[in-house]
Amino acid sequence: MPERVMFTMGDIACAEGALSAGCRYLGGYPITPATEIAEWMSIRMPQVGGAYVQYEDEIAAITSVIGASWTGVKSMTATSGPGVSLMLEAIGLAVMTETPLVIVNIMRGGPSTGQPTRGQQGDIMQAKWGSHGDYQIIALTPASVQEMFDQTVQAFNLSEKYRTPVFVLADETVGHMRERLVIPDEKDLKLEYRKTPTVDPKDYLPFKADDDLVPPMALFGSKYQFYATGLTHDERGYPSDKENVQIELVTRLQNKILHNADKIIDVERIELDDAKIGVIAYGTPSRSAKKAIKDARNEGIKAGLLRLKTVWPFPEKQVAQLASEVDHIIVAEQNLGQVYHMVKAVAAPTPVHLMAKPAGMPQLPHEILTKLRDVNSM
Amino acid sequence: MTESTPVLRHPMSKYIREDRQPFIYCSGCSIGIVTGMLARAIDNLGIDINKTVIVSGIGCTGRTSGYFKTGTYHTTHGRAIAFAEGVKIANPELEVIVVSGDGDISAIGGNHLIHACRRNIDMTVICINNMNYGMTGGQFGPTTEHERYSQTSPRPYGNLEHPFNLVKLAASSGATFVARWTAVQARRATKSIEKAIEKEGFSFVEIIGACPTAYGRMNRLGDGVTMHKHLLEVAEIQNGLPPHEAELDYATKIICGEFVNIEKPEYTAVLAEMQRKAKGE
Repeated sequence: MPERVMFTMGDIACAEGALSAGCRYLGGYPITPATEIAEWMSIRMPQVGGAYVQYEDEIAAITSVIGASWTGVKSMTATSGPGVSLMLEAIGLAVMTETPLVIVNIMRGGPSTGQPTRGQQGDIMQAKWGSHGDYQIIALTPASVQEMFDQTVQAFNLSEKYRTPVFVLADETVGHMRERLVIPDEKDLKLEYRKTPTVDPKDYLPFKADDDLVPPMALFGSKYQFYATGLTHDERGYPSDKENVQIELVTRLQNKILHNADKIIDVERIELDDAKIGVIAYGTPSRSAKKAIKDARNEGIKAGLLRLKTVWPFPEKQVAQLASEVDHIIVAEQNLGQVYHMVKAVAAPTPVHLMAKPAGMPQLPHEILTKLRDVNSM
Repeated sequence: MTESTPVLRHPMSKYIREDRQPFIYCSGCSIGIVTGMLARAIDNLGIDINKTVIVSGIGCTGRTSGYFKTGTYHTTHGRAIAFAEGVKIANPELEVIVVSGDGDISAIGGNHLIHACRRNIDMTVICINNMNYGMTGGQFGPTTEHERYSQTSPRPYGNLEHPFNLVKLAASSGATFVARWTAVQARRATKSIEKAIEKEGFSFVEIIGACPTAYGRMNRLGDGVTMHKHLLEVAEIQNGLPPHEAELDYATKIICGEFVNIEKPEYTAVLAEMQRKAKGE
């Protein structure tokens, strides 16, 4: 399909991004503020030969997505924090069985039912640590309607390449804002597809990784026989309670993400080359921060912005570099401080100041400007 | 090394991962018998094993999928049916079979069971009901009879709760094929599994099995042979009986047979039609 231009909301841009990435299965359950993704997909999926399936709960939804993915169909779910809370066990299963899929979390106020119609960024640590055991995850944080499209495509690409669940973590404001969206010509989109095995079926070891630490993935209905299990398993996929099998598996699952962190992580550096104060933000607060650093520079305050487009794996190198360049770091996020703790750990001894806001209205530009003035006078 | 003596291969071994033998099941357990039923049903129907997907949840029966030589998956506890729905909808050409236990399917997975029945997605669910949580050592579950003993309903108290009757549950939830057999009625049960696989709709086959290691021991029901003999004695075949009359009382009467075989539009067929309309075909 040739290039199209829409004036639309972030949730719909996300849905269109998924379709452009080749997603043909969404297992979902209605939840504010992600319902527009479900509603849009319920119209669009049949048009492209796909399925929007509404399940009895989020647990069934995500588990069905894992099943669909094992047939080779790119698959996703879209929900909000309470839904992710229900999905966490299955996310661990997807990690353990190395299943490519995308989870969109349009973040609302929490904990519990919280403020369903108000945005927040309270699920950053949930995305990383929510399921039990040691594992790594990929999470992207779009800040505009266009990025809702672009980063959903990217989420599918990363999930296919590294055989892992990938989060799109968008705050409600990004999900519901309306902006211009350019959907590129499908010829111009670079899409990734999972590796499939090429060996003789009798020699196939379903969980033997290549040099990139990712094993080729056989699909249901192919000539390859395999057993995939959430139990700790060896290269054959067979359960094992041996210590070395456990260590090798969880270490590989971790390293296939961490060793490729440079290829996965995406940040934007704005006005940082001569900055004395660096603001770190992502999602909607990063839009306020962009305006605030401009206003600060008009007052002679040398401020810049490190905008995180990836929060997991955490951009340690990029934050460490910033810490070596500036005198102060301000972290502005719509929660009581989550990315802040990661920044503090990496940035030391550079002082890190938190601008926390655990509520629906993000930090406004003039509020960040005031903080920049305060820090500048320290 | 000495040469191994050639032995007769089991006729169903072509479907089974022999390198994973022996089964983990206790002696006297029914799950191996039901595994054999499914292998024979696949063989009798002559369906392409590579196009067959076998899914299990957690528990003793949850290990069944891993013994089959095809695409198999071992989900989290209770979610085998939800996983299987995603598989079938994403690729309707696959033959999707769930084998799991009573706890997995009707306790933690009970919601998925009733909604899958209602949705009428073409798949076969074989539920081996041994009336307790065997893998964790024999606790009561949603199929444990009232006042029966278990590790968590110990003597002298017994089970405070009342059991589900799974064929009634599946039938009233909308399953298009519903049958119940005991593990000893291997030929009849295999035939029902074949019908269930062939049925274009949601099929539910309950197999009443024995867990001599836990449930049998705690309720003094005897060893595996004794329990299986008992199952044969109390099984009463009543094909076509309205499912709400299909009583199950371990001590006296287990009504067996095929209770439901109805026609209803199947989900993936309706979806395919919707996709054709949406594309303007």
